[in-house]
Amino acid sequence: MSVLAFENVSYRYPTAGSDALRDVSLSLAAGEFCVVVGLSGSGKSTLLRAAAGLVPHFHGGSFAGTVTVGGLDTREHTPAEIGAVVGTLLQDPETQIVMNTVRAELALALENLGGSSASVARGVEETSLALGIGHLLDRATGELSGGELQRVALAAALVARPSLVLLDEPTSQLDPVAGDELIWQLRRLNQEADTAVLLIEHRLERCLAAADRVVAMADGAIVCDSDPRGFLEWAAESAPTLQTPGARMLDLAGLRPPPSGVKQARATLRANGLLGDEDDAPTSPPASSVAAGPRKRLFQRAGRLLGKRDGGETPALSLRGVWHEIRDGPAILRGLDLRLRPGEPVVLMGRNGAGKSTLLRHAAGLLAPTRGSVERSGRVALLLQNPGDYFLHERVDAETTPAALELAGLTELGARHPRDLSGGQRQRLALAIVLGGEEPATVLALDEPTRGMDRMAKHVLAGWLSERAAAGLAVIVATHDAEFAAEFATRAVLLADGRVIADGPIEEILSGGWYFTTEAARILDGADGVLGPEQGAALLRARLAGDSQPAREHAAEEVRS
Amino acid sequence: MSALAGVSRIAYRRRASALHATRAPIVAAFGAALASSALIVENPVLLGALLMAVLVAAFAARIGRQILAAVRVTALPVVALIVLVNVLDNRGGLTVFARLGDWGVLGQVNLTVEAVVYGLVIALRLLVVMLACLLVVCAADPDELLLACRRISPRSALTATLATRLIPVLGRDAIRLAEAQRCRPDGGARGVRGKLEILRATVGGALDRSLDVAAVLEMRGYGARRRIPAARRALSRHDRAFAVSAVAVLGLSLLARLDGTGAFREFPLVHFSVDPWTFVLAGLTFAVALAPFLDRRGIEP
Repeated sequence: MSVLAFENVSYRYPTAGSDALRDVSLSLAAGEFCVVVGLSGSGKSTLLRAAAGLVPHFHGGSFAGTVTVGGLDTREHTPAEIGAVVGTLLQDPETQIVMNTVRAELALALENLGGSSASVARGVEETSLALGIGHLLDRATGELSGGELQRVALAAALVARPSLVLLDEPTSQLDPVAGDELIWQLRRLNQEADTAVLLIEHRLERCLAAADRVVAMADGAIVCDSDPRGFLEWAAESAPTLQTPGARMLDLAGLRPPPSGVKQARATLRANGLLGDEDDAPTSPPASSVAAGPRKRLFQRAGRLLGKRDGGETPALSLRGVWHEIRDGPAILRGLDLRLRPGEPVVLMGRNGAGKSTLLRHAAGLLAPTRGSVERSGRVALLLQNPGDYFLHERVDAETTPAALELAGLTELGARHPRDLSGGQRQRLALAIVLGGEEPATVLALDEPTRGMDRMAKHVLAGWLSERAAAGLAVIVATHDAEFAAEFATRAVLLADGRVIADGPIEEILSGGWYFTTEAARILDGADGVLGPEQGAALLRARLAGDSQPAREHAAEEVRS
Repeated sequence: MSALAGVSRIAYRRRASALHATRAPIVAAFGAALASSALIVENPVLLGALLMAVLVAAFAARIGRQILAAVRVTALPVVALIVLVNVLDNRGGLTVFARLGDWGVLGQVNLTVEAVVYGLVIALRLLVVMLACLLVVCAADPDELLLACRRISPRSALTATLATRLIPVLGRDAIRLAEAQRCRPDGGARGVRGKLEILRATVGGALDRSLDVAAVLEMRGYGARRRIPAARRALSRHDRAFAVSAVAVLGLSLLARLDGTGAFREFPLVHFSVDPWTFVLAGLTFAVALAPFLDRRGIEP
C-alpha cells in the first residue's frame, strides 16, 4: 500500500515562466526510505511541498494531476488535514518553531488533532524520549541552538506519529555530528516504527546508506528512480555531480559495484586486496600545533613576539590570545591564537557553538575582544551566512562598484533585482559587495557559504576561492562541509569550546578524523592524507598497479586526465 | 542596535517567581487590573501607588531590569512626546509661567502649570498601563495564553501566534541585517538613514517570514477546525492569590472613583485633595497588589 502517490503531476508557480514539476509520477510504499536528489532548482522542494499539500493550497499556481497522501487527495484536503498523516520538516529551523517552549511546540500538533490532555502529555513525553530531547522540554525555544531547534522541529513533525515524514535538507545547518545523529534518528524511526521517509539532501554520502530508494530530479522531472546502487550506476553515466565522493572514487579507480556508504566501499576494497592490513593501516600525523613539542612551541612564541612567521612574512591576519566573554554568560573564545599568511586558503571547522562565527566576527572587527588583540594587514571582507542580508537596493548594479561586479561575473545582470537572482548569483553579489570599495581586502572570511548548495555550486565556489587565494588574498572559511573544505583549503583549523584544538595542513587534520573528514578519507582510513575522490582513486590505481612511486604518479595523471 | 536589543528583551522567560508560577490567563488578568486601575483613578498619589506597585512587582518577579530596559526604548519616548504635546497645545490653564509668542499654526503658545500637570498625569497613567502590559508580556506564558484564546477565537489566536512568533524573528533579522551592513567596505549607511534602510529591508522580509511561519502552522494542523479539549488543572495557591489580588486592586480603584476619594482636577486651576483616606487607599492598593509575592512556596520552574 502506498502512503504517497503522484500521478502525472505538473505544477507551475503563479509568476513563473516554466513548470516546477513536469508530469511527475511517483509512489512511495509504507515504511520506505526514499532520498530525493538533484541540482538546485530541479524541483525537489516543490515535490515535497506538493506532498505536504502546500502546493497548490498555500502557493497557488496551476496544478494538474493527482497527489494522494495517506489516502487523502491534496486537492480536496487542506494542508492542516494532511498534517494528520504527514509530518514535515523544512530547511530553516527558525521558522519551523511556532511556540515559545519545547513542550508547547510538541503539544501543538496533538492539540490540533483534538487529542485529550492525557494523550497529548503522553505523546509529548514519548516523542521527547525517542528523540533524546527530554531535557529540553521546559526550555524556551528562543534559547536553543540551531541543532537543538532542528531536533525539536523534527520531534514536532513526528509527535502525531505520521505514517510519512517529509524532510527538506534538514541537516544543512547542522554540524557533522548533529547531522549524522539526525539521519540515524530517521533511520531508527523508519526501522522501528515503519514510518516512510521522503528526504531531500544534497550531501548524499550522509544518508545513502540508510536509503531504500533514490529519486533523482532535473528540470522538474524524475530522471532516475532506483535503489541506491542503481542510482549510483546511473549517476556515474549521466550525472557525475550527483555521485557520492566514495562512489566517484571507486568509479575513477575502475572498481565495481558503486558503494552506498563507507562499509560497502571498504568491503569492495577488501575484496580487491586494496585495504591494507589493520596493523599496517596508516595513521595520520598529529596536528602540528597540538603535537608541537616544547621547542617548537618556544619557536612559535618567539615568532609571535616578532610578529613574523614562516620566513618573516607579515601575516594578513593575526589573533593573539583573543577572549570573547559574554557578560553574565559563557566565554565563547578562550585565549585563541591564529595567524593567516597572505594568499593562504584556510578552513575553520568545529561543531556548532565551537566559536567559528565569533572568530570571524573578531577578524572583521565586528566584535572587540574582551582580552587579547587582533591585527590586520588590511581590510577583512566578511561574508556572513545569509547573502540576502547584504542587499538594500532595487538593482544589482546599485549594490556595489562595476569592478566588483565584474570580478563576480555579474556585470550582465546589473539591471536585475537582487532578490531575483539564483542562490549562487546572490552569493557572488554579496561577495562582490564585501570585496568592492576603494580599499582592497587582504583577507576574505566566509561563514558557512555552502548552506543549501548543490555539489556543482560548491565546486564552482571552491574554484573561485582558490583563484582569489592564488591572487594573494588570504581566505578563511568556517564550514561543516569537509568535502568542500578539501577542494580549496591547504590548512585546517579545528575549534572546540573557543580554543584551537588542531591546526595544520588539511591532509593532516582531516584525514585521520571520523566526523570532521571526507568520505574518501573515511574509506581509506586516512591513508597518505587522501581527502578527495580523485586523489583516492589515484592511490587505489597505484595500489592496483603495484604501489610504486612511478605507478602512483602515472595513476594520478590518468585520474586527472 | 541598542533599541533593537531593548525590544528583543521583551520576551517571556520562565523564572523563579510567584507571578511566573501563576497560570497565564490569571497573570493577564492581574496585569489588566493594574492597567485598568490606572485608567480609573485620577489622583497622582493613587497613580503613584500603582506605578510603585507595578515596578516592585516586576522586580519581585525578577524581570525588573528587563522591563526597565524595554521601557527606556519603548515607553519613555512616547511619554515624553505626550507631555510635550500637552504642554504646548493645552490652553485650559490659568497659571502662565512662560509666553512663547505666536507659533504659526499653533497660534499663541503660553505654557501653564495646569497643562504641565495635566501632561504629567496622562504620562503617569500611560506609564502604568505600559508597565502593566510589559509585566504580562514578560511573565505570562504566551503558549498558555494562545491556547486559551484559541478556544474563544481561533482567527485572533492565529494572528496573535504569528505576531508573537514574528517579533523575535524579525528582531533577529534586523540585528543580522545591521551586522551585514557593517561588513560593507564603507561600513554601510549610518544614522537615521542607515536605520531606515534596515527597517525597510526587515519589513520587506516580514512577508516571507510570516508566510513561512503560517505554512508551518498549517502543516501542524492549525486550521483543521477540530475542537481543542480544555485542559483541567486545579488552581494553584499562586493562581488564587493573584486572582484575588486582581479583583481587590480593581475594586479599590472603583471604590476610589465612585467615592470621590482623592478627587483631582487640573483646570482651570489645579485642585488636589490630599486627605488621609487617599493615602490609606494608596497604601492598600500597593499592599494588595504585592501581597501574592510574599508566598514563595513552589515557585521554582
